[in-house]
Amino acid sequence: MKFESQSVAKPYFIFALALFTGQILFGLIMGLQYIIGDFLFPYLPFNVARMVHTNLLIVWLLFGFMGASYYLVPEEAGVELHSPRLARIMFWVFAAAGVATILGYLLVPYAELARLTHNELLPTMGREFLEQPTITKIGIVVVALAFIYNIGMTVLKGRKTVINMVLITGLIGLAVFFLFSFYNPENLVLDKFFWWWVVHLWVEGVWELILGAILAFVLIKVTGVDREVIEKWLYVIIAMALISGLIGMGHHYYWIGPGEYWLWLGSIFSAIEPIPFFMMVMFAFRMVRQRRHQHGNQIATLWALGTAVMAFLGAGVWGFIHTLAPVNYYTHGSQITAAHGHLAFFGAYAMVVMCIISYAMPIMRGRLQGNSPQAQKLETFAFWAMCISMLGITLALTVAGAWQVALQRLPEVGALSFMNTQDKLIPIFWVRELFGVVFFLGLVAYLASFFVGGVKVADRQQQESTEKAAEAVCCGSCN
Amino acid sequence: MAEMFTKGMARNIYYGGGVFFFLLLVGLTFDTLRELPQRDHRENITESVARGKALWEENNCIGCHSLMGEGAYFAPELANVFDRYGQGSEENFHQFMQAWMAMQPMPTEGRRKMPQFHLSQQQVADLTDFLIWTSRVNDNDWPPNREG
Ligand code: HEM
Ligand code: HEM
Ligand SMILES: [Fe+2]
Repeated sequence: MKFESQSVAKPYFIFALALFTGQILFGLIMGLQYIIGDFLFPYLPFNVARMVHTNLLIVWLLFGFMGASYYLVPEEAGVELHSPRLARIMFWVFAAAGVATILGYLLVPYAELARLTHNELLPTMGREFLEQPTITKIGIVVVALAFIYNIGMTVLKGRKTVINMVLITGLIGLAVFFLFSFYNPENLVLDKFFWWWVVHLWVEGVWELILGAILAFVLIKVTGVDREVIEKWLYVIIAMALISGLIGMGHHYYWIGPGEYWLWLGSIFSAIEPIPFFMMVMFAFRMVRQRRHQHGNQIATLWALGTAVMAFLGAGVWGFIHTLAPVNYYTHGSQITAAHGHLAFFGAYAMVVMCIISYAMPIMRGRLQGNSPQAQKLETFAFWAMCISMLGITLALTVAGAWQVALQRLPEVGALSFMNTQDKLIPIFWVRELFGVVFFLGLVAYLASFFVGGVKVADRQQQESTEKAAEAVCCGSCN
Repeated sequence: MAEMFTKGMARNIYYGGGVFFFLLLVGLTFDTLRELPQRDHRENITESVARGKALWEENNCIGCHSLMGEGAYFAPELANVFDRYGQGSEENFHQFMQAWMAMQPMPTEGRRKMPQFHLSQQQVADLTDFLIWTSRVNDNDWPPNREG
């Protein structure tokens, strides 16, 4: 660690992983409710479990992005963080608001929560992913502003590297587009139209800048490749992301009211959205191939490569299969959507957060060249268990979705009803649930890897000598 | 990447492309906002429809159902539920909805459950009006058939 203040990232990362664990437990509960319809009813209705699952996802990713920023921005800027104290205070504010909101979902009926938090004053609740009470949303804005102020001041004081500038642009975009969550008119069509300005412009817009910046940072660190090369790639990737993704939002405007030209615009522009994700794969592999030194933290490199590949599969390939309007007409809002949502969120955003954690946590714990080989071995196992099981979940949901379309959507006469179709899909939902259990075991292994023995003296000596050797040929991490 | 393609060029594509396509998006948004009144029939958003939307949100119906294909995939699509159960008559559909909401949760063991929301008759009527209005939005003929 170059600067003392980088260590404020640590609680953010730890808390993110705790929420991630909660997210998966609720996912497994919902997976069972898909099979045994009345499982845990009426104590935990499906909609409550779903809010907890998706909101925990968003909140832990935000914790991850914040931790990543607190870690990498000072190092890039070459100065201490503007205010470590503010970062620590905001951690507790955000954590408390998050926990209180989740407890609100679990402990009182949603309508009661809406009443208690005076949703009628500024109604923003009850829309997918934006279920948080209005007061929580305001809290999120406050935390985001304090965070961006802190990061922004740090950037201003120090070197304005491309990574820092791209990252902060993405973070500001994240905060700005979140403001659309406060716009909820009586007209459902307008509500939906601008709902996507939060959801789509996040995951297929500004979050891609954050993703690219974090990935570029880790790649510089673990490969030592010249910054100029990495920065050029980063610019091209995010340029393609914005060029395709902004108008690509049209792929959500096919069937919710907007006019017909969106069928064309959405199809054409979103069809090129996979390109930046494909470039990320080329970028990551090329940088690792051209690496100038062998970093002791090999698992961090694996996470970086894995993020690029899985993001391409989830967002690029699984996004493409249902993004053209004539296909989407049949797959819209089916299990295909769920398949894509899972692989894309996991492959791009969950994995990039685990990537920076895997790189930064050992350093914050004084293990400059990564964890002990035993710990890395367990983490590698966890990496593969999570990736393979998530692919399993995705394939199962894809089969379920295709079958659903065949039974319920394609037939002009004699189509099965929604509920009867779901009954037929139960065997596939079992497969999904089994892969979900494997995913959970992979996550447990991942968490366990943090507790596997520290660096032994012998290892440390060996590492020190390799470190010296690496420095002699210039490890590249100092520029 | 080739040496001739410099970082400065890449940066310009990023700034130029980002700004251009964002402005294009804003322009298209204005055009869509201009066109929408003919497609969403907002003149039919009565107070009852508006109250129905608030009830839809405050009971988190979207946590199980989809509406115009968006939301959750645990329970049936509801943007066309009027077409499915109303037999073309608003009155029939109102009767159906009162009965349906009162009946929940259904006792069949192992079946997916819809909670009892304890809504008043007026509230159910508002929700029903909201769903009827929604079913009449011009959504380019989605879904493909009445099963949603
Ligand atoms: C990492 C980036 C991405 C993430 C995290 C992501 C996530 C999601 C999620 C969660 C949904 C479901 C939204 C809902 O609940 O209504 C969705 C829908 C969709 N996504 Fe993505 N996505 C990403 C990138 C892409 C890309 C690159 C494409 C196109 C190539 C794409 C195409 C679509 C389409 C067409 C839908 C609508 C599905 C439907 O009609 O039901 N996505 N995405
Ligand atoms: C054990 C693993 C998991 C299981 C069994 C599971 C199960 C589910 C279920 C049943 C739903 C609701 C689908 C519906 O609306 O009907 C859901 C939604 C969702 N889950 Fe998971 N999940 C798991 C892990 C994950 C992970 C690791 C992520 C991302 C990193 C994730 C992201 C999402 C998202 C984004 C949605 C909303 C999808 C959409 O709207 O299309 N889940 N999950
Ligand atoms: Fe999208």
